[in-house]
Amino acid sequence: MTLPMFGTHDDPGPDFAGLVRRVGLAPDHPTQALPAGLGVPHGTTVVSIRYADGVIMAGDRRATSGHLISHRTIEKVFPADRFSGIAIAGAAGPAVEMVTLFQLQLEHYEKVEGSHLSLEGKANQLSQMVRNHLPAAMQGFAVVPIFAGYDLSRGAGRLFEYDVTGGRYEEQDFAASGSGMLHAGTVVKLGYRPGLERSAVVDLALRALWTAADEDSATGGPDARRGIWPIIATITADGYQRVPDTELAERFAALLEDDDAARSTAAPAGGSIS
Amino acid sequence: MSMPFYVAPEQVMKDRADYARKGIARGRSLIAAVCADGILLCAENPSATLRKISEIYDRIAFAGVGRYNEFDQLRVAGVRHADLKGYSYSREDVDARSLANAYAQALGQVFTHEMKPLEVEILVAEVAHEGGRDQLFHILYDGTVIDEPSRAVLGGDAEAIADRFEAAHDTSASTTDVLAAAVAALAGPDRTLDAEAIEAAVLDRSNGRRTFRRLTDEEITAAIAATSTEARDEGADEVEPAPVEVPVGEVDVDQVDAVLEDDVDDDD
Repeated sequence: MTLPMFGTHDDPGPDFAGLVRRVGLAPDHPTQALPAGLGVPHGTTVVSIRYADGVIMAGDRRATSGHLISHRTIEKVFPADRFSGIAIAGAAGPAVEMVTLFQLQLEHYEKVEGSHLSLEGKANQLSQMVRNHLPAAMQGFAVVPIFAGYDLSRGAGRLFEYDVTGGRYEEQDFAASGSGMLHAGTVVKLGYRPGLERSAVVDLALRALWTAADEDSATGGPDARRGIWPIIATITADGYQRVPDTELAERFAALLEDDDAARSTAAPAGGSIS
Repeated sequence: MSMPFYVAPEQVMKDRADYARKGIARGRSLIAAVCADGILLCAENPSATLRKISEIYDRIAFAGVGRYNEFDQLRVAGVRHADLKGYSYSREDVDARSLANAYAQALGQVFTHEMKPLEVEILVAEVAHEGGRDQLFHILYDGTVIDEPSRAVLGGDAEAIADRFEAAHDTSASTTDVLAAAVAALAGPDRTLDAEAIEAAVLDRSNGRRTFRRLTDEEITAAIAATSTEARDEGADEVEPAPVEVPVGEVDVDQVDAVLEDDVDDDD
């Protein structure tokens, strides 16, 4: 490999995606619609919630091709850099590729420029990537991310939703994406309070995914038998931190106990109507 | 039609080399040295923003002396080379040796084919997962690559500084001690250097995926103060210096090169 050197007038600057295109490493967009039954795995249901210390991101682990489960341990929540994360829903292959490119884009910028992008700048970069992906989305490879991070200049967590055209929408409190977004979003909406503590927000994210998995066949619930738990990460002033599986297993057990308790104290089913 | 003058190739090369060396000699020097925790890079640089030392990749750092715009162009090309290679193969396939070779070719090409050679000397350092296998590649303006085992000195005053530093350098010493020795060697016997005049960074083995970390002015001041106190203790009776407080455990948000979590895209 030779050094990629450019003249001053055609230098790609800190733009890694542009550099990848320039050296011919960028994948071509598909030109035809996806044939039925090709079976591209799709990932579903991610949520992000603002809380006292920053933001939390959560995603289930299931990828489906049509009615089949194609992966049980896919990851949909990733660190974008130290102070931000990206969660993806949609065609798994292009989505993971977008994450990789986005991570590299942020790191590349940081190294070339010697300073990192603002959170707003990162959100805009992702917007451009989603928009550039539109031709592929039209052929059935849609990717819809959520971007969240800790804004160091404001000292608060912020989160952004996108549509397939690259439309970028900053959300105040929470965002959900993917096939289970309706159910997960409703649970979050009902349980959300401003300034939730970490443990409360982890519980809320878990319950949202749990409900989505209950209602939506493409969303996977916790799998205690295989030890597969959702991926949940907090992004605070301390950076991106994954919530450990052991903690999630405990929280899930507590959540199930609460449900059982609620059920046993409720009126018995089939009681008389008076 | 005018007749071109004949100039012997030896003369052309000699003139170019002299030109490049003169340009490099005008700038201040730089030291890279293996220490217990990784590789320390330390440069005399009065500017707080125009940097001579920077991160290339997870375990690779770059340092340059000479003409700023020229070595900075090489630095950016190195970041691109490494990032593209990591993207198209894997992060572990990015190594300093291949990068040093690419630099050597680029510099050699310019030296033999262009009117003006690049007035730079650069260094590519890669920290190994365990000690004893770190790599330092010192690349000259004409593309000569020197593989240094444990330390390298770049710049116009390199020989004198290397002599001073060699005596003081211990590869099993801590980063702080090696930094103090490096600053003393850069300063020489006749002057002292403040932390503001020193740019330092370390490729720290224990730093997670991205090992590169810039040292703050406070850390540099502390390192210099610690050794000058020792020197004074030996020399006795002098005024006690003001204690330097180093913030511990504080998140430095400006530290762009701060550690990402260990698991950040390790799983690609």
